[in-house]
Amino acid sequence: MSQDFRLDNVGMVNREKKISFKFNGKKYFGFEGDTIASALIANGVHLVGRSFKYHRPRGFFGVGVDEPYAILQLDRNNERDPNIRATEQEIFEGLEVKSVNCWPSVNFDIGAINNFLKMFFPAGFYYKTFMWPPSFWYKIYEPFIRMAAGFGEASIKHDKERYEHKYEYCDLLITGSGPSGLASAYAAAKNGARVILAEDKPRFGGSLLTSDVNIGNQTGVEWTEKIIAELKSMPNVTVKNRSQVFGYYDHNMLVMSERISDHLPKTQKYLPKQRLWYIRANEVLISSGSIERPLVFGNNDTPGVMLSSAAKEYMKVYGVLVGKKPLIFTNNDSGYETAIEFKKNGVNPIILDTRSNPSSDIITEAKNLNIEIRFSYVVVAAKGYKKVKSADIAKISDDKKELFNIENIECDCICVSGFWTPSIHLASQSGNKSKFNEKIDAFVPDKSKQKENTIGSANGIFTLEETIKDAFDKGFDVSNKITEKNNKVSVPTVVEKKSTDHDKFWCVPLPKGKSYKRFLDFQNDVAVSDIELALREGFRSIEHVKRYTTLGMATDQGKTSNLNGLQLVSDIENKVVPQVGHTTFRPPYTPVSIGAIVGREVGKHSKPTRKSPMHSWHEKNNAVFVDAGVWLRPRYYKQGNEGLFEASKREAKNVRQNVGVCDVTTLGKIDVKGPDAAEFLNRVYTNAWLKLPVGKARYGVMLREDGIVMDDGTTTRISENHYHMTTTTAQAANVLSHLEYYLQLVWPELNVNVVSTTEQWAGAAIAGPNSRKLLMKLFPNLDVSNEGLPFMGYKEADLFGVPAKIYRISFSGELAYEINVESDNGYFMWEKIMEVGKEFQIQPYGTEALSTLRIEMGHVAGSELDGRTIPYDASLEGLVSKKKDFIGKRSLNRSAFTSTDREKLVGVVPIDKTTSIPEGSYIVKDPKAKLPNPKLGHVSASCWSVEYDNPFSLAIIKDGKNMIGQKLFAMSPLKNKTIPVEIVSSHYVDPEGKRVRS
Amino acid sequence: MLYINCPHCGLRSQNEFAYGGDATVKRPELNKEISDQEWDNFVYLRKSPRGKHLELWHHISGCRQWIKVERDTSTHEIFKTYKANEAIE
Ligand SMILES: [Zn+2]
Repeated sequence: MSQDFRLDNVGMVNREKKISFKFNGKKYFGFEGDTIASALIANGVHLVGRSFKYHRPRGFFGVGVDEPYAILQLDRNNERDPNIRATEQEIFEGLEVKSVNCWPSVNFDIGAINNFLKMFFPAGFYYKTFMWPPSFWYKIYEPFIRMAAGFGEASIKHDKERYEHKYEYCDLLITGSGPSGLASAYAAAKNGARVILAEDKPRFGGSLLTSDVNIGNQTGVEWTEKIIAELKSMPNVTVKNRSQVFGYYDHNMLVMSERISDHLPKTQKYLPKQRLWYIRANEVLISSGSIERPLVFGNNDTPGVMLSSAAKEYMKVYGVLVGKKPLIFTNNDSGYETAIEFKKNGVNPIILDTRSNPSSDIITEAKNLNIEIRFSYVVVAAKGYKKVKSADIAKISDDKKELFNIENIECDCICVSGFWTPSIHLASQSGNKSKFNEKIDAFVPDKSKQKENTIGSANGIFTLEETIKDAFDKGFDVSNKITEKNNKVSVPTVVEKKSTDHDKFWCVPLPKGKSYKRFLDFQNDVAVSDIELALREGFRSIEHVKRYTTLGMATDQGKTSNLNGLQLVSDIENKVVPQVGHTTFRPPYTPVSIGAIVGREVGKHSKPTRKSPMHSWHEKNNAVFVDAGVWLRPRYYKQGNEGLFEASKREAKNVRQNVGVCDVTTLGKIDVKGPDAAEFLNRVYTNAWLKLPVGKARYGVMLREDGIVMDDGTTTRISENHYHMTTTTAQAANVLSHLEYYLQLVWPELNVNVVSTTEQWAGAAIAGPNSRKLLMKLFPNLDVSNEGLPFMGYKEADLFGVPAKIYRISFSGELAYEINVESDNGYFMWEKIMEVGKEFQIQPYGTEALSTLRIEMGHVAGSELDGRTIPYDASLEGLVSKKKDFIGKRSLNRSAFTSTDREKLVGVVPIDKTTSIPEGSYIVKDPKAKLPNPKLGHVSASCWSVEYDNPFSLAIIKDGKNMIGQKLFAMSPLKNKTIPVEIVSSHYVDPEGKRVRS
Repeated sequence: MLYINCPHCGLRSQNEFAYGGDATVKRPELNKEISDQEWDNFVYLRKSPRGKHLELWHHISGCRQWIKVERDTSTHEIFKTYKANEAIE
């Protein structure tokens, strides 16, 4: 199809570059610089979608962010993008879009039957229809609502595009590059302020691109180009187009989404698709302009009915006619600009002005151009289904209640202007309570809440002269506050023709005997009758009316409908709009893609990955890794065809029989230093610490103030005032914050410092009966006998030229040592241990074997210390001092914590000695009891005991101490298993603890 | 996102901090006999005022100091920040 509605030599698109794209599978041509909307209109296409509820045909209503209709689905470079606005998306070669919310096609949509059943879809029909019977919900109502809900289809594929986040600081952020934005940016930048000027559209200038005005003897477009060129050349100014400031948050933090590649066929290498800017601005000038308000009349949602400013912009920016027989329906001078523009392009419009006798330069000009103008005239109803074909028009009485002389005239589009609504969204988000301005029938920002000012038409200033002057002043004042400079630029002279009067009339009454739908919200199909019904049913608060009718709740968030909705409610209620109030504006101003919000923190990049210095050795030796917090730890080292079960069993067995080595670098390590360190530890841990000698380690448990175990670990006294604390991998960061809290806030009198040393030390645990023999070879000059280095002893020594620290501590329950060297020497240490250990049959073991070893020893870990257990529950009550006070001690006296039937740690063995018990299973007395089956407790950890070669689990169960020897059942509803078990001691292996001391 | 003036580091974004709750809560002294009620008040009971609130923040990705911040819980305005040991005006 050729571009029948394209004007010659008008507009700003690049005629040199023809671009082809597909809409609903059909190929069209446009020019570089076109949006999907302008290119389709150029081709005479006006039917692009179906409405949400009634599936009525939908065309184009606006030309920018306010668009309620033209929501399409885009396929770009094998990625799917739902809910894009055709009025914003620029075309590129190969672009493919399709309509949504219609089936099988936009031309023939079966859902349109709803339109003929509309008496069954009144306001709140969801609440009324889908209530009873409850059994209908699952199978009938929910699938129906899901099918009917929403536009577009989200992709379920991983989004391969790159999105970035950027943090920026500036003196002044200006949101919009219309006349007020440009003027204030120029004034502030010339006065030395660091300025960011953000424009949502591809082209700068806002209304200057389309209005017939003169600034400093230049046209609006010329002046825009001059100012932008100068701003771009200044080092203190950042100018961004295709960038929407969508959110105003606390403390002058604003967020802007920059669409960098959306208008290109493919994202370029090294560039993201979109970039989210977090801008901390010293001051903000909101120059987001205003949006034209619709006039409401019968069938005002028919394709071809659109905002008059949009029709003008399609002509002036894109060189496209929205129709060849336009009807202009206006209550103010803005409609005349559009009419004159049509006339200049050889098209004869008819103006229907609701006012009886207005006068201004622009009306005179229209008259001089011989444009047909009818005063006190209105459109009663649009006619035509998929496109406007004609309109019923009528003369209206002075009180605007009676219609006379209804006649039908032919037209192919109806351009409406019901005056302007300032975009106060950002000001409102900043906390600014808006006020109602009677003169313009709209809300404008009130007193500044944060450091923000609103300028231009966003502030309800609709004359260009006042806008420019005010913006120059504000730009200077704000920059002067920051830079304290006084470079003032002179304000140019301004000429414009239109006046800013408007008629308060906005909604055409229904003629007798007619029941046309008059729409307020075009995306959610909310009509005048729906609001009337909601009020009849007793809804009063505007917030309730909004939710009940869904007015303003679509993806356009009511940019064109909110104010008319308020107007209607106040008319019916005999109130004035400010009494009704308005609903709350919340970010984002326009939809933001999830990808942009997430940024680069996706998949592996969503958190840092920490690796031990020995990581590459583990990799080379077939380690299979597991995430432990942000650390990667070897879970097991695979040999041949082994799986997890076989490998971990082999590794654990080798520890019990020979010697194994485990990377324990990930354990949290904290240096505790200072003369009061012992006293501090004594308050932090439940057991006694004052008498620990230098060169000795002790196991400790720390509580939260509520008595729950926070963490456990060993702490070693390195020297008089220096302790080396270890924490579990998971709690390392929390423990450090906890210690800092008490040192800085609760006991500042204690002279102690703490610092994390987790990353400074590489750790290797050597465990098993052969570990002493191995140690002798690693440290030939050190006395490692049971007397020289006893259990819980500490020594420093030299490991083949590298300084090392040796702690005789054990998690596995075997004779064991932990060697720490500086991280840089970690790999060297590991290799030496493997090399020297060869003759003692050393094997590395991973976290799975480590688990097995600790479980069968009954040592507690994270799965027992799960944020619900007190020391007694984990059988740690022996470590709780009765003599001294410590963090959380007072809580242990609470009646719930002293109760005798608390759940307590026990061991569990399946009677058949072969069935593994799933972790998380419930322990119950009677597996056939009526549900809910009273549970005694749960299985916290399971392993295959290598000592006894049968499954073994730890569980925490009611009255655990007295349950040993009982035969009970472990039930796992998830795995559908019921396993007869026997309760045994949690110390399944070496209950006397002989091995660690051997 | 709040902009918090750390008395040690200067103005920093909220994402460098961790929230620490009511700063006026005083831990009972060690080894002091106190009633269950007093202890419960300390461990569990917090006011949730609308308006001025003196609260703790931990500059966890900065100087690692706990600081006190006087903030309005409804407007999020920050009036003043204090070092841990500074006297509150
Ligand atoms: Zn700090």
